Amino acid sequence: MKLAYAFPLAGLAAAVATAAHAETITVATVNNNDMVIMQSLTEAFEEAHPGIEVNWVVLEENVLRQRLTTDIATEGGQFDVMTIGTYEAPIWAERGWLAALDDLPEAYREDDLLQPVRDGLSYEGKLYALPFYAESSMLYYRTDLFEEAGFEMPEQPSWEQVREWAAELHDPDNQLAGICLRGKPGWGENMAFVSTLVNTFGGRWFDEEWNPELDSQAWQEAISFYVDLLGNYGPPGASSNGFNENLALFSRGNCAMWVDATSAAGKLYNPAESQVADRLGFAPAPVAETPKGAHWLWSWALAIPATSEKQDAAQTFLTWATSQEYVELVGETEGWTSVPPGTRESTYENENYQREAPFAGFVLDAINSADPTDSTLEPSPYVGVQFVGIPEFQSIGTQVGQTIASALTGDTSVEQALQSAQRATERTMQRAGY
Amino acid sequence: MTTLKTKQALPADGQPASASANGATRARHTPLVPSAGARRLWLTLLGWGIALIIFFPILWMVLTGFKTEAEAIADPSLIFSPTLESYIAVQARADYFKFAMNSVVVAFGSTLLALAIAIPSAYAMAFLPTKRTKGTLLWMLSTKMLPPVGVLVPIYLLFRDFGLLDTRTGLIIVYTLMNLPIVVWMLYTFFKDLPRDILEAGRMDGASTFQEVIYLLLPLTLPGIASTGLLSVILSWNEAFWSLNLTSSSAAPLTAYIASFSSPEGLFWAKLSAASTMAIAPILVFGWLTQKQMVRGLTFGAVK
Repeated sequence: MKLAYAFPLAGLAAAVATAAHAETITVATVNNNDMVIMQSLTEAFEEAHPGIEVNWVVLEENVLRQRLTTDIATEGGQFDVMTIGTYEAPIWAERGWLAALDDLPEAYREDDLLQPVRDGLSYEGKLYALPFYAESSMLYYRTDLFEEAGFEMPEQPSWEQVREWAAELHDPDNQLAGICLRGKPGWGENMAFVSTLVNTFGGRWFDEEWNPELDSQAWQEAISFYVDLLGNYGPPGASSNGFNENLALFSRGNCAMWVDATSAAGKLYNPAESQVADRLGFAPAPVAETPKGAHWLWSWALAIPATSEKQDAAQTFLTWATSQEYVELVGETEGWTSVPPGTRESTYENENYQREAPFAGFVLDAINSADPTDSTLEPSPYVGVQFVGIPEFQSIGTQVGQTIASALTGDTSVEQALQSAQRATERTMQRAGY
Repeated sequence: MTTLKTKQALPADGQPASASANGATRARHTPLVPSAGARRLWLTLLGWGIALIIFFPILWMVLTGFKTEAEAIADPSLIFSPTLESYIAVQARADYFKFAMNSVVVAFGSTLLALAIAIPSAYAMAFLPTKRTKGTLLWMLSTKMLPPVGVLVPIYLLFRDFGLLDTRTGLIIVYTLMNLPIVVWMLYTFFKDLPRDILEAGRMDGASTFQEVIYLLLPLTLPGIASTGLLSVILSWNEAFWSLNLTSSSAAPLTAYIASFSSPEGLFWAKLSAASTMAIAPILVFGWLTQKQMVRGLTFGAVK
């Protein structure tokens, strides 16, 4: 009788001992589809690494950014793995907030990571975050509408062509907009797109002395073009459309063309989510004066805060979630169109991926040809294609985004909008001591 | 000026238009208020109309929770085949009960603590005022005028040093401090309305201060205390700034749960609606059950 009690007790004690031994790491991430898949594969990680348990904190992007900044700036130490973007990685690394990732295991194959993505996450040649997925921007269009109208998509479309096509295809009576573009204000919303447009029109945010150039000729041309194109041939209420809204519009068949993130391709190709999966064409992002900076580069990456007390366990998780094996695991369990794109050469060499994701080549080319260190026609002092890699840019970008949105709705003229954007930016830069 | 007078006269005498109104005003008002019965009907319709407008976002949220993601973002429609897929997806990703339990503990814990501190202080201010009482009350309320983000960093640092980050105790402390000014103010007004003579009579009979509070003050002002407590519970339940910033996983309440279903990439409205419906359900039911108490408390002392 006593023995019968003793066995389960011993088992319990052993279980408690293991649990006490296991290290729990807290991973903070955003609620994007690829991260949701990562969360659902936690068990696979914990099985492969029995000593580590994963605790998830999932938040909306802006909330997460504020939450992480508070924690890391005050050395709160609440998180062991943080999801950050190309914008934060170098800024935070410079302040010593992130642990350098300079002793990655051989099996991780660091050289397999795409060069521009790796550069975007490095500071002074050292890697501070590992890319989870990366994206550029490209042009999506409806092949059926183009065939009907007799248009042919060239290898590299220009913005002038896009305007002509949009004018022809625009059919508001049948709820079809000639083109859908981002209009919702925000540095990561409309300004991500607008910055690439300004780049290709030959403009830049700042000259080499950090003087804002928002009232320059190139900005005038680019914003007038944008307001004219989206105002005349865009969907109704375009100034409140961000990525999600445009994704929904395009996948319901309400847009003839759309220029946005390459990460939308997987969703648009999925017949369960998109009604245009069988009529989807894609081309490189259109260009105007210069191909430089015409398409952006962004990656969501995982980093370890310097305050984490579980650096080793955190690094084990990082190298798992961004590894080639992880990509294969997602491909096998969730389907190949769902694998996190844009991070590794090996993903694009994979035959399964090439077969299931016909957009793969375009995405790879777009990412490889984006150069955050040289994205403007005239030289600029900053790093970043669709953003300026300085801490002040969040507020500058959002403020300028609002004035451009008001030009789009017709509340102000383009000239007035850019003048007030220029003044606001000058003030912010002066206060910041540039 | 005449029109203004007329409007003021209307509810007072219940008659269509007063003698001071000119003809045009009378002609405009007469058909609108023909009799007391019709007026009541109009008022009822107006009341229902306003209630529906206020309730509509909640209704729409509940409906959206039962749609598929594609339906949720499509053109608004009341006709759809309800599905539980969002609820299943939401529950598969996060354990609702863990978050709900945190919400319950934190909301009720902070309310009890706030009442325990506020009752003695409101008693002192209502029955034993000094010349600085008014100023103190105003100063307490002024702490609510500061945007919370202004003190985020100092509080975050204090919490870090005291090991209170991501703990229920920490949240209870912050919520208590956050609601204390309102709780003290409400209790103060309720206590003020109680005739002093009752307490004096008790004192004459030999009651100590403690007995006075327990046997006289509390039973007599119970509706007021209950509605103050309810308000504090609701405010704590819905608080999102501190709960998002001071917790990460183990003490995260339902507000953090909701925040995890919003997304800048991909469709999320149905799942977000399902999560929000589950998050407000307990407090909504609680509100319904205690509605009587709440209304009684809020109108307590309104008519003497």
